[in-house]
Amino acid sequence: MPAPIRRKPHPLERRIVFANIDREDYTPDIECYLRHGGYEDLRKAITMAPDAIVNEVKASGLRGRGGAGFPCGVKWGFIRRGGPKPTYLICNADESEPGTFKDRYIIHQDPHQLIEGMIISSFALDVHLAYIYIRGEFPEGAKILEKAIAEAREKGFLGKNLLGTGFDLDIYVHRGAGAYICGEETGLIESLEGKRAYPRIKPPYFPAVLGLYQCPTIVNNVETLCNIKHIIALGGGAEYAKIGRPNNTGTRVLCVSGDVVRPGYFEVEVGSVTMGQVINDLCGGLKPGRKLKAIIPGGSSAKVLRADETYKIKEKAADGSMVEKEITINDIVMDFDSLAAVGSMAGSGGVIIMDDTRDMVWVLNNLNAFYAHESCGQCTPCREGSLWMRKITDRIMAGGGVERDPDVLKNVADNIAGKTICAFGEACSWPTQSFVLKFREEFQGKSTKPLPPPTPPEYVSEVLIGEHEETPKALTGGVAE
Amino acid sequence: MVNVQIDGVWMEFPKGTRLIEACAQANKFIPRYCYHPKLSSPGNCRMCLIEMGMPKMTPDRKPELGPDGRPLINWIPRPQISCAQDVAEGMAVRTNSQMAQDARKGVLEFLLINHPLDCPICDQAGECRLQEFSVEFGRADSRFLEEKVKKPKHVELGPRVTLDDERCIMCSRCIRFMREVAHDDVLGFVERGSYTTLTCHPDKKLDSNYSLNTVDICPVGALTSNDFRFKMRVWFLKETKSFCTSCATGCNTTISSRENVVYRQTPRENNDVNEVWMCDYGRLNFHYLQSEERLLGPGVKVLKQYEEAPTWEIALSRSSAGLKSFSGDQIAIIASGGNTNEELFLIRKLAEALGTSYLDIIPHIGVGDEILLDADRNPNVAGAKLLGVSAPTPGAHLKAIAEGIRKGAIKALVIFGEDAVDAGITEADLKKLSLLVAVNLLPNGTTRLADYLLAGVGFAEKRGSMINRKGRIQRLNRATEPPGESRDDWEIIRDLIAGVNGSNGLYAIEDVFRQMAAATPALSGLSLSKIGDLGVQLQNL
Repeated sequence: MPAPIRRKPHPLERRIVFANIDREDYTPDIECYLRHGGYEDLRKAITMAPDAIVNEVKASGLRGRGGAGFPCGVKWGFIRRGGPKPTYLICNADESEPGTFKDRYIIHQDPHQLIEGMIISSFALDVHLAYIYIRGEFPEGAKILEKAIAEAREKGFLGKNLLGTGFDLDIYVHRGAGAYICGEETGLIESLEGKRAYPRIKPPYFPAVLGLYQCPTIVNNVETLCNIKHIIALGGGAEYAKIGRPNNTGTRVLCVSGDVVRPGYFEVEVGSVTMGQVINDLCGGLKPGRKLKAIIPGGSSAKVLRADETYKIKEKAADGSMVEKEITINDIVMDFDSLAAVGSMAGSGGVIIMDDTRDMVWVLNNLNAFYAHESCGQCTPCREGSLWMRKITDRIMAGGGVERDPDVLKNVADNIAGKTICAFGEACSWPTQSFVLKFREEFQGKSTKPLPPPTPPEYVSEVLIGEHEETPKALTGGVAE
Repeated sequence: MVNVQIDGVWMEFPKGTRLIEACAQANKFIPRYCYHPKLSSPGNCRMCLIEMGMPKMTPDRKPELGPDGRPLINWIPRPQISCAQDVAEGMAVRTNSQMAQDARKGVLEFLLINHPLDCPICDQAGECRLQEFSVEFGRADSRFLEEKVKKPKHVELGPRVTLDDERCIMCSRCIRFMREVAHDDVLGFVERGSYTTLTCHPDKKLDSNYSLNTVDICPVGALTSNDFRFKMRVWFLKETKSFCTSCATGCNTTISSRENVVYRQTPRENNDVNEVWMCDYGRLNFHYLQSEERLLGPGVKVLKQYEEAPTWEIALSRSSAGLKSFSGDQIAIIASGGNTNEELFLIRKLAEALGTSYLDIIPHIGVGDEILLDADRNPNVAGAKLLGVSAPTPGAHLKAIAEGIRKGAIKALVIFGEDAVDAGITEADLKKLSLLVAVNLLPNGTTRLADYLLAGVGFAEKRGSMINRKGRIQRLNRATEPPGESRDDWEIIRDLIAGVNGSNGLYAIEDVFRQMAAATPALSGLSLSKIGDLGVQLQNL
């Protein structure tokens, strides 16, 4: 791994999970971690009753940081203790959502924080075997985690009778082989079992009931598990809940990429900054002379937001009544509920900024290429639809767009969303639905050819593209003139 | 029982009923590809999407009731699959709402965009679910302007199955069948997304004895049987319900024939026998019916030469007369475990008429498996025992018969459908016989030495019943006419008895069954028609 660009936290940030990231004086070994108070929260947690820890997590209001934002305490509450089957904990370190780059820094620079969070979680959930499923493209991260686990075991934080509690726990690292779908929790479980990562149907295969090896299983994101440690460190769920906003508690690592001066990751209290502050303060603004065009606020599958749009939201007034308010894109508060209210999502925290040099058809084609490549192929709508959408945008970019393409694109996406086994169906269709809806003029502008007559003769994309005079730029470069 | 509302009508179903089955029982068929009642439900084809709802709940978790006293329904805003969940109290479905129709149209369009549209040259045409559901539920036009995904064509998955990957709709039925039923997990998918490709694991072959079941359950023309493909359009085939006579299991089958030629045999559902499967060995064991060597009429040998074109009358009357000239202890009868009950009953009668007690069948033991194939390759040993033709241990009398022939004590032998060599009787010993009567449909070492050769028929050409290993009596129906001058075996035996004893009042096979049922307590009250298509389990064997 190349040496990280170490950067001081921005004043708007509040670093809790990322407290030790990019510090010149911080190393990933256990000695450094212990010098900084490491594993003290574990020592505190093991004096508590496991149920009490679960209750603190419930009280904290912590929402999952992987993408769906599901309340962590509720998820943990699904586990029935004392059943005949063992319970497993899996840390989802398959960070692959385009635009998201947070978990890898925790793993590379502060692995013991994650391990401590996992030990506390395991203690709370009566888990004796936990796994870290790490993305195949993170070989260095896997090595660092292996080393950290060995160190923790050597110091007695892992293994039999850890810290003299009578509690046994082992953590294993499992490397994926390079598939986005392995980040879907039931796909991950299948992959961990040694099978093709085909997501399972729910019902009946809810992980909390029929998870890994058909046993109760909790799958949590890296950042979520780190937060467990900090709930204990801060003195409990109530204290943690004071950070952020109601129902949007704690901090959030925003991963900002795209057309800003200073892209990067920023840990902020959830809801403490607006989109405008993210762009202009945290990221130093847009590049000179550019205008904001669009933002994908929560990882590539989140619906795109158009810069010149206004959004109607409901807000609590001082007297407690709800008032409707119109806001611009810069006023959108960066938390779960506000982003949902404007029709997108906080997702995995990956914020992708696009300025007026970007061709929206190219952007969508880029996303479609990713999703067509990553569809696992198990269920029909996503398997066939994701590649179809990609072929349509590809053809439009190559100059072969026909008049009805925007409508067909939208309709294909509609036929995928909500009809698949897992959330990949939404992930791959939301970009198309939102791009075509919000930037219809760009799609229509490139889709001008009349529809070829029906067979015979059979028209295929090559025929349509062949009539285009220029070399298709889209296939080689990203930015339109 | 639970109450379920299907398209507005409340009905009761037993707990544990799959929703898709409940709808089918309510006459609301829901199209499906991946779902198969005998396999696990992966829910991957998304064809069975329907609109579903559960009862609205009051704050104290009780269903809110409408004016009709039935629960009010909270409809789920997205379609649900009906193949992977069981019915639940108060569940409601709309099988044909706009939501369900749109979902089906969408899925069918997706399935077709990369599927070759060359039905006229596809062997599955006529029994293709993709074709059928596209007509019934799909959209008429294509919106797909792109190149289709190219995949391997004509892949030899194993010795009996050929795969066309472009036609595959990735329903995974074949994979699950090989894993869950055949216990030979050789099939799987490689590649991802639209490029997903069905294949055999490296260095493995789809060579299981159950491989052809994957062809049956393949809803499209991806998997085809090497034995049947491109031989006959399925809509020309006549279907006859029958069962397999290649071992003692008696798997229920459908015989598909056209103009007196059998083209294929496929398993037919019978949950008491074979569920919906059968083995490749049994399935393909019918080509001998069309053998060039088939015996097409009676043969009469005079002075070591067969007479030209003898009539049945001469062959039968001379056989009977010949047999009558010996005393009972000079005659032996070897029957077959492949004879029907009716034939065996008459063979027993013939033995009684001739006064012989040298009577048995020849056991044929092979290697069985834990799935369907029985080690006993005779389909009707149970019948032969019940009707007193077989020794209590099948074949126990053969030694005495072989001995008697060798020593010259036995001078006449009647043998049905068997080769005497299998009973330990050598060719030299057969030549010592004064009279050899052989009934068979194909020539063998014994028929070539026979003084009277009586051409019988095969399982697809006759009617009658057999009793399988588990004591289930099942019925053969005639699919094709006996070729040439060959005759139904029971008629041959009847005429032999008549030649010995005089007329016996048997004109139709129903008469034989009636006499047999009257004489056999285990069969009392039964008739051929009462056996039905699925057979009857006998209680007092």
